[in-house]
Amino acid sequence: MLEKAIYGGRRYWVWVCFLLSLIGIGFLAYLYQFQNGLGVTGMSRDVSWGLYIGQFTFLVGVAASGVMVVLPYYLHNYKKFARLTILGEFLAIAAVIMCMLFIFVDLGQPLRVLNVILHPTPNSVMFYDMLVLSGYLFLNVLIGWTVLGAERKEVPPPKWVKPFIILSIAWAPSIHTVTAFLYAGIPGRHFWLSAIMAARFLASAFAGGPSLLIILAMIVRKYTKFDPGKEAIQTLGKIVTYCMLINVFFLGLEFFTAFYSQIPGHMHSFVYLYTGLHGHSQLVPVMWLSSILAVIAIALLVFPQIRKNESLLAVACVATFFSLWIDKGFGLVIGGFVPNPFEKITEYWPTLPEALITLAVWSIGFLVLTILYKIAISVKEDVVFDKYGERQIK
Amino acid sequence: MYNGGKILLGLIIFIALVTAPFWLSGKQATAKPDPKVDTPEILKLPENERQCVESKAYMKKEHMKMLNEWRDWVVRDGLTVYTNSTGKQYTMSLQNTCMKCHSNKKKFCDECHNYAAVSPYCWDCHIAPKEKEL
Amino acid sequence: MSMNRREFIKIAGLSSILGIGGVAGVSALKNSVEASQTSKNPEALTAKRWAMVVDMSKFASEEDFQPCIDACHRAHNVPHITDNPKHEIKWIWPETYEHAFPGNEDEYRAEKYQHMPFLMLCNHCENPPCVRVCPTQATFKRKSDGIVMMDMHRCIGCRFCMAGCPYGARSFNYKNPRPFIDESKKNPEFPTRMKGVVEKCTLCYERLAKGLEPACVEAAKEVAAKKGTTPGLIFGDLEDPNSEVRKILSERFTIRRKPELGTGPSVYYII
Repeated sequence: MLEKAIYGGRRYWVWVCFLLSLIGIGFLAYLYQFQNGLGVTGMSRDVSWGLYIGQFTFLVGVAASGVMVVLPYYLHNYKKFARLTILGEFLAIAAVIMCMLFIFVDLGQPLRVLNVILHPTPNSVMFYDMLVLSGYLFLNVLIGWTVLGAERKEVPPPKWVKPFIILSIAWAPSIHTVTAFLYAGIPGRHFWLSAIMAARFLASAFAGGPSLLIILAMIVRKYTKFDPGKEAIQTLGKIVTYCMLINVFFLGLEFFTAFYSQIPGHMHSFVYLYTGLHGHSQLVPVMWLSSILAVIAIALLVFPQIRKNESLLAVACVATFFSLWIDKGFGLVIGGFVPNPFEKITEYWPTLPEALITLAVWSIGFLVLTILYKIAISVKEDVVFDKYGERQIK
Repeated sequence: MYNGGKILLGLIIFIALVTAPFWLSGKQATAKPDPKVDTPEILKLPENERQCVESKAYMKKEHMKMLNEWRDWVVRDGLTVYTNSTGKQYTMSLQNTCMKCHSNKKKFCDECHNYAAVSPYCWDCHIAPKEKEL
Repeated sequence: MSMNRREFIKIAGLSSILGIGGVAGVSALKNSVEASQTSKNPEALTAKRWAMVVDMSKFASEEDFQPCIDACHRAHNVPHITDNPKHEIKWIWPETYEHAFPGNEDEYRAEKYQHMPFLMLCNHCENPPCVRVCPTQATFKRKSDGIVMMDMHRCIGCRFCMAGCPYGARSFNYKNPRPFIDESKKNPEFPTRMKGVVEKCTLCYERLAKGLEPACVEAAKEVAAKKGTTPGLIFGDLEDPNSEVRKILSERFTIRRKPELGTGPSVYYII
C-alpha cells in the first residue's frame, strides 16, 4: 500500500517538498544544537523544560484523541464514524511520532536514550511514558494498516484485530494519564501538583485532537474525492464543544483552589502567567491570547446553528486548537518553573534554533500524516465510489 | 541495454560510495598501531615492576569491559579497591590509576583507537594528563 | 521439503537475530571482573546516613562562606559560566532567608535574620523525589550511606530530576563546561562533566572513600581555626547517637528546608 504515496498530483508534491525543506532546515538547526549543547535554546537552570517538552505534552493529547472516533465506531457501532476512524488512527500515529521526536531533541545525551530500556526503572513515570507511547504507536500501526489493507482487498478485517482495537481504546487515555503524571506527582511544583491534572489533560486532548481532525477532514473533502461525512464532522463538533467546555471548567476549578485558598505557592504561577509577577510579564499576552481564543471557540461552538455552518465550525476548531496549543504546549510547562523553588523568576522564550527544530518536528509529523492519508484516501477512493454511499464491508 | 547510461553512472557512484571508507581514510587505516609504554612514570619503575593492573593480553582484550565494570563498582556501589589476578591491590580509577602510568594518551590510547576508528568519550570528562614531550 | 521464498526469508531472519542476539546477550552478561575482586577502601568514612548541620552563627559575611564554595567548586572542577547567567552551574551557594525558606516569610522578622547568608546545597533527602523520577537510575540513593549520587555515564540529560527537586539543587550542563574551568585551579584528580548531563553536590563521595571529610566542611574548619571559633559546618552520621550532628540536634533547635514535602532533608540549619 505504501506505493500509493508516490503517485500524486502537482499540489501533493509541492506540499511534500515544502515539508521536506522545513525538515532540512530544522535538521541543520538540530546538528547545531547537538554540537553545542542545549544552551542554544532558551532554557535555563531554573526553566529546565521548554518548548520541546511543551509540544510533546500537547501532542500526546492529540494522539490520545484518536480514541474519540475509534470508541464510538468499534464499541458502540456508531456507523457515521466509519470513514473517519482511519483518519483518526493515522493522526494518532503522526502525533506519537512527533512526541517521540520532541523527547529525543530535548535530551542532553540523546545517544544514550536506550538507557531507559537497558535500565528499566519501574518507579519512574518517564519509563512508563516510553512504554505506553511505544505500545500505542505499535497498536495504531497494526490496527490502521490491517483494517485499511482489508478494505483495499474488499474483505472484512480479520477477527484478531478486534481485541487489539479494544486494547487501543483502553490504551489511549492511559498515554495521556501517564503524561499528566509526569507533572502531577512532583512535590516542589505547586502549579502542577493538582489531582485534576490528568482530567484536565484528557479534556483538553479530546477537544484539541478532534478539532484538528475536523480541519483535516474538511481539507481531505476539499482536495480529494473522499468525503469523511458531513454528519461525522458534526458529531465530532459536538464532542469538541463538550470537551472544550469541560476543559475551561477544569481550568476554572484550578483558579478557584488557588485564589480562594490564597496560598501564595498556589497563586504565584497563575499570577505570573496572567498578570505578571515582580515586573516579569513576558507570557501575559500569550496566555490572554489563549483565553480569548477559547472564549471565541466556545461562543461559536455552543450554538448549534453556528456549529452547523461548516465555515464557522472551521474557525471555531482553529481557535480551539491554537488556544489549547498555547495553554498546554507552552503555558503549562513554563508556569511550573516560574517562580523557581527560591521564589525567584527567570523567564523563558524559545530561541531561533529551538523554533526551527520544533518546526522541523511538526513538519515530519505532517509529512507522515500526508503520506498515511494519501494511502488511506487512495484506497478509499477506489472502494467508496459514491460520495455519501454506505458501501462499507461488514 | 535500456537506460544503459543511467545504470553505468549509478554503478560507478555506488562503487565509489561503498569503497569510500577505504580510500578516504588513507595511510591512517593501514599503519599498524604502535602504542608506546615508555612514559617517564613507567621508566621510573624498576624493570620487574613494570606491570599493568592485569596482563598485556588480558588488557588488550578486556580493558573496555574492565573499565565499564570499574565504573559501575566505583560510582554505583562505592567500592574503590581492585585486587588483580596476582593479589596486588589498585584503586579503580582511569584518571588516577591508569593514566598515572600511561600518561601519554596520544601515543598510547589514541594509537589503537584511531586505527580502529573508535572514539570513546572517556576524556570528554576524565581529564587526560598533560602530554609531556618524550 | 518445499518452502516458498517468503517462509525462507522469515526463518533466515529469525534465526540470524536469535543467533547474533544470543551470542551478544551471553557475552554481555559474562563479567570480566569478578565481584570478589573488588572491595571498599578500609580508610573510607562510613555512616548509615550522612547529614550536615549549618551553624548560621558562624556565617556572617562572604569571607566566612566563600572559602567553602571555592573549596567545593575547585575540588570538583565546577565551571564558572560567565557568558550567560541562565546556564550557571553551582553545587553550593548562599541565599537570603526569604529565598532559602519561601513560605516562611515574615515582614516583621529581624533584619539580621533577613540578610543571613544561608548556604544551599543538595539536601541528600531521605525520600528524594529526584531519584523517584529518574528514568535510568542515573541519580540514585546509595544504600550504604544515603548519599544521593550522580552517575554521569548513565544520565541521558532528560532533566526530569531538575523538575522534581523541590530545592533547586541541580544544574544542567547546557554547553561544554571545559572552557569555563580555570586551568590554574583545575583539580586533575577529579573529572569534569560534559555537556548534556545534570550535576549537583555528591557529598564528596570520592573524598569520603579516602577517609577525608567533604571539601566544604574542611574549608569551614580552616576558617574557624583562623578566627578562633568552632566550624560553621558540622558533618556526621545521623543514625549514630554519639555523632556530633546528633549531639547538636539534641541541644539546639534546627530547621530544614520545606520539610512538609516529606522529602526528609539531611541538611539542618541552626539560626
